[in-house]
Amino acid sequence: MADTSYTLQARGICKYFGEHTALQDIDFALRPGEVHALLGENGAGKSTLIKILTGAYHPDAGEVLLEDRPVSFRDPLHAQAHGIGTVYQEVNLLPNRSVAENLFLGRQPTRFGMVDKRRIEREATELLARYGLDDIDPRAELGAYSVAVQQIVAIARAVELSGKVLILDEPTASLDRNEVEKLFEVIADLKARGLAIVFITHFLDQVFAIADRVTILRNGRLIGTEPLTEMSRTDVVRMMLGKDISFSGGTSAVGEREVGELLVSFRGTGRTGSLQPFSLDIHKGEVIGVAGLLGSGRTEMARIMFGIDPADSGEIRLNGTPVSIQSASDAIAHGFGFCPEDRKADGIIGDLSVRENIVIALQGKLGWFRALNRDDQLEIAGRFAEMLDIRAASPDMPIKLLSGGNQQKVILARWLATDPGFLILDEPTRGIDVGAHAEIVRTINRLRDDGMALVVISSELDEVVAYSSRIVVMRDRELVAELRGENINPSVIVQAIANQSDEAIAS
Amino acid sequence: MRRHPLMRILNAQTVALAGVLLLNWFLFPGFFDIAWQDGRFFGSLIDVLNRGAPVAILAVGMTVVIATKGVDLSVGAVMAVAGAVAATMVVDGYSAFTAIVVALAVGTLCGVWNGLLVALLDIQPIIATLVLMVAGRGLAQLITEGSIVTFSDPHLIFMGTGSFLGFPMAAVIALVLMIAVTLAVRRTAIGLFIEAVGINRSAATFAGIRSRMLLISVYALSGFCAAVAGIIVAADIRGADANNSGLWLELDAILAVVIGGTSLLGGRFSIPMAVIGAIIIQAMNTGILVSGFPPEFNLIVKAGVIILILVLQSPIAQQLLIFSRRNAGKRSTP
Amino acid sequence: MNRSLRPLAATTIIFIIAYGLSVAQFPNMFSTRVLGNFLTDNAFLGITAVGMTFVIISGGIDLSVGAVIGFTGVLVAVLVSWFSVHPLIAFAIALVVASAFGALMGCAIHFLQVPSFIVTLAGMFLARGAASVLTQDSIPVNHEFYSFISTLYIKLDGGGRISFIGGLMLLVFVIGAILAHRTKFGSYVYALGGNATSASLMGVPVARTTILVYTLSSFLAGLAGVVFSLYTSAGYPLAAVGVELDAIGAVVIGGTLLTGGYGFIFGSFVGVMLQGLVQTYIIFDGSLSSWWTKIVIGMLLFLFIVLQRVIFSSSAPKLKHVRKLKHE
Repeated sequence: MADTSYTLQARGICKYFGEHTALQDIDFALRPGEVHALLGENGAGKSTLIKILTGAYHPDAGEVLLEDRPVSFRDPLHAQAHGIGTVYQEVNLLPNRSVAENLFLGRQPTRFGMVDKRRIEREATELLARYGLDDIDPRAELGAYSVAVQQIVAIARAVELSGKVLILDEPTASLDRNEVEKLFEVIADLKARGLAIVFITHFLDQVFAIADRVTILRNGRLIGTEPLTEMSRTDVVRMMLGKDISFSGGTSAVGEREVGELLVSFRGTGRTGSLQPFSLDIHKGEVIGVAGLLGSGRTEMARIMFGIDPADSGEIRLNGTPVSIQSASDAIAHGFGFCPEDRKADGIIGDLSVRENIVIALQGKLGWFRALNRDDQLEIAGRFAEMLDIRAASPDMPIKLLSGGNQQKVILARWLATDPGFLILDEPTRGIDVGAHAEIVRTINRLRDDGMALVVISSELDEVVAYSSRIVVMRDRELVAELRGENINPSVIVQAIANQSDEAIAS
Repeated sequence: MRRHPLMRILNAQTVALAGVLLLNWFLFPGFFDIAWQDGRFFGSLIDVLNRGAPVAILAVGMTVVIATKGVDLSVGAVMAVAGAVAATMVVDGYSAFTAIVVALAVGTLCGVWNGLLVALLDIQPIIATLVLMVAGRGLAQLITEGSIVTFSDPHLIFMGTGSFLGFPMAAVIALVLMIAVTLAVRRTAIGLFIEAVGINRSAATFAGIRSRMLLISVYALSGFCAAVAGIIVAADIRGADANNSGLWLELDAILAVVIGGTSLLGGRFSIPMAVIGAIIIQAMNTGILVSGFPPEFNLIVKAGVIILILVLQSPIAQQLLIFSRRNAGKRSTP
Repeated sequence: MNRSLRPLAATTIIFIIAYGLSVAQFPNMFSTRVLGNFLTDNAFLGITAVGMTFVIISGGIDLSVGAVIGFTGVLVAVLVSWFSVHPLIAFAIALVVASAFGALMGCAIHFLQVPSFIVTLAGMFLARGAASVLTQDSIPVNHEFYSFISTLYIKLDGGGRISFIGGLMLLVFVIGAILAHRTKFGSYVYALGGNATSASLMGVPVARTTILVYTLSSFLAGLAGVVFSLYTSAGYPLAAVGVELDAIGAVVIGGTLLTGGYGFIFGSFVGVMLQGLVQTYIIFDGSLSSWWTKIVIGMLLFLFIVLQRVIFSSSAPKLKHVRKLKHE
């Protein structure tokens, strides 16, 4: 079939950020009247690809064709003017203005230099009706409506302005079931009108419910583009996570490891709107692996455990005694530590030195007046820098100048300095170089053998299998399975995540 | 990264100060002359220290506030309140000691009020401190009942015009406050926590730092410093002028902090450098006076300094700097 | 009710109640004379407040307006008294200078990406300094045109009169309201204050709008300077010190959100009138002192900041939720 059947095509796209390869030789093609799911874990390159398609970034190699003509967009506005509209997860509209103004901002019809409000409101009402939003008052503030309505308004605006390609970047992340259905009706309608739609999500159910084809990226590389009719859910998860998982099936990496006494136990711990109550016992000298796709509730679980978002149900026991964890400092006082997933936003304190970044949690535990002097700090920083092989020219160097891997090791050192009994690591090895990766895995093993209790959230299944004593699987903001012994192998985990052949994962 | 102590003194601020002082000397050859008379030093340089003291004191508190990514617009008004409290109390027959303690307490309380709005109600600092900036002068006038309350209590006057070891009292107080606060934040963990909260409040929270108490304390310190400055200014003119005491000094204090190298976006701070910033501002004022320009001319100079710093700190200039450095690097390593 | 209307409704109700109570105590306050004086005495503040409303809605702040009033007053006085320029030409020159000044500040704010308060602070120093360099003293303006202007007024029943400058203020409010609520520029200003990133993604010309907002604010401050010159028949470099705070107070009390995105020009009018009412009440009372104005304004400011905090944070939980999810 000739190229003419594609609305938008990307060929051989490469994008580099310094040393880091964000995209390597990606081909992507979009047909008119199809819903094309774009899948991949964080850092797989989805958003970089979208930014290249919409002109926010420019590719270092390769070309983008719109209806077979090569195009190069200055910015997303330029792309929009040529027919490519985008709706982001965080609705990029103005909640402080009326629905009608959000639909027409920048292109309001005027009469005698004045904005023709009546005409805008009339046209907005007609437009909203076409998207099934008959009951919306176009004069009301957009922020007064639910995120679902805001999403549909954003889609309406994008389609009115562009009309060829619609890119939906995780539009359903914060919608409930009914809202998702309403959104899908709109998408189905647009598909029937011949629009080419890119749909990014991490909910597999939704992919199978609405998409025709799927393209999967991993670590900046194209894994494949397939029609969904020929794929099972397990196939999709395998493509997203696995490295030849099919061959490692059944090779249970570890037997039952010896574990120490019970340290922390969560009983019916949950938080409304964030995570269903879960129960989990964690012993000294064991690693609990947490598997699940992005948005499955795995990070929420870590935040609840550490008191960033305090639990509103259930109880937490430490050494058998109930404890109250309402904030991070409560958790730290009880000997908890937490390496967050978003290193830049929640981990590093950029302008502070490596030394200060290492001692800050320990100092926070000691309080305002029992200050570690410079020599103490240097000693602590030096000890952990050596232990974790942190490569910094000087301990007084600002942490923001370090590579991602070294930053991650500094954050790990920060917690080890507090001598924690229980350590939570959220994606500790994502986006870092091979050497740092190996060092962190080595450290996890050593800490476990030294008797620490750990919870490690990771998408690297092989690795989780290698060091975990048990693995819990998260799906749809719920802890859905606990795997142990024989069942700890990547293909069982993939099936559990994909929610297929439930009998195979009964523990 | 530890440099030789002498090298550490050599930085942009001290070079700028030296430049301004030399310029003054050029305009007014007697600038560096210092005389000993009646048990104290006299001279233009001493005058700079004396007159720069109130802004230097304000800058001590303002530095830590700005380091937390905040700002305190109310310090000028709080100065007026503290001066009014001290003056009316001595006039009413209280001892200078009591008057000073109460005035300091009132100033600190004003700071706590600001801190509560910022830390508990989560109101933007610039907006939160605006309330006292507007109402503070009214309160000061309420206390003085609209008139300039003059007093003759020698102990209170000593705070503004006295001398210690030959140096003006105001400058000595500023120096002591600078050293005390610097030690208090650097010998404890407070300074580290302030910087951490100012740079990345989310990461600081994840590391277990409780930022609320810290923010309230920082604004309280700023209020305390404003009260000290207010008492000195009142003592200097032997009266509390609710309308003019501390007028626009909040802006001078912010400028001093910015000259001192602390970013308005929070983070790394240096109290001594902010004090040097205050001395630079005063040296410019004095230079303009001794060279015969109208005193208001210094407003234009100050505006020029702000614009210069803004341009130097702007993202565009930073990019140009990196760009030129890269180019220089390319040329040197072909 | 639309939540952004709530603070405005509160201000209006407070004004009506306060005015009612004042009239109950001093029946003379209910007269066209008092109302006319309200307008005349607060004309320069009102005109400034209109510009300030635009700036604050766009998410910024302008601390330079008081200084710009002082500067234009001096410039007009210097041109008319020293150089015998006709006042109308002097006004035109002053307005052009003020607008250019605002445009420069807008450029600095947008292109240097620095907070507006520090740029307009430099602007304040610059304008005050420039005024003081022109003259240190008050320059009286004696020109027949000034006398002519003072004879222009509309007589009201009951002995009150709407002076030229009072009328001008009303006109500025009307034009300001049309500009804010009925033009593309107005919608861009609200968009900028709501979310600058979204606004730019939606095609709002961010640079042009930012520069225009500060140009408008300085232009109106210049106009207020002209009005102040007509009102006092003099130019004084230290005139209108602290007017920026009065204007910000009027804008916030009038229901405009200090963090931007929400607000009404009419609200600022009520805010100015409320300040005028407090002053007039103090004059009528005779025993109260003028500083109560500042204290009452400060208290109202506090009240409205907290009120806005409550109204605008409680009704936007959905957006917060979205932001939290981004942490994943």
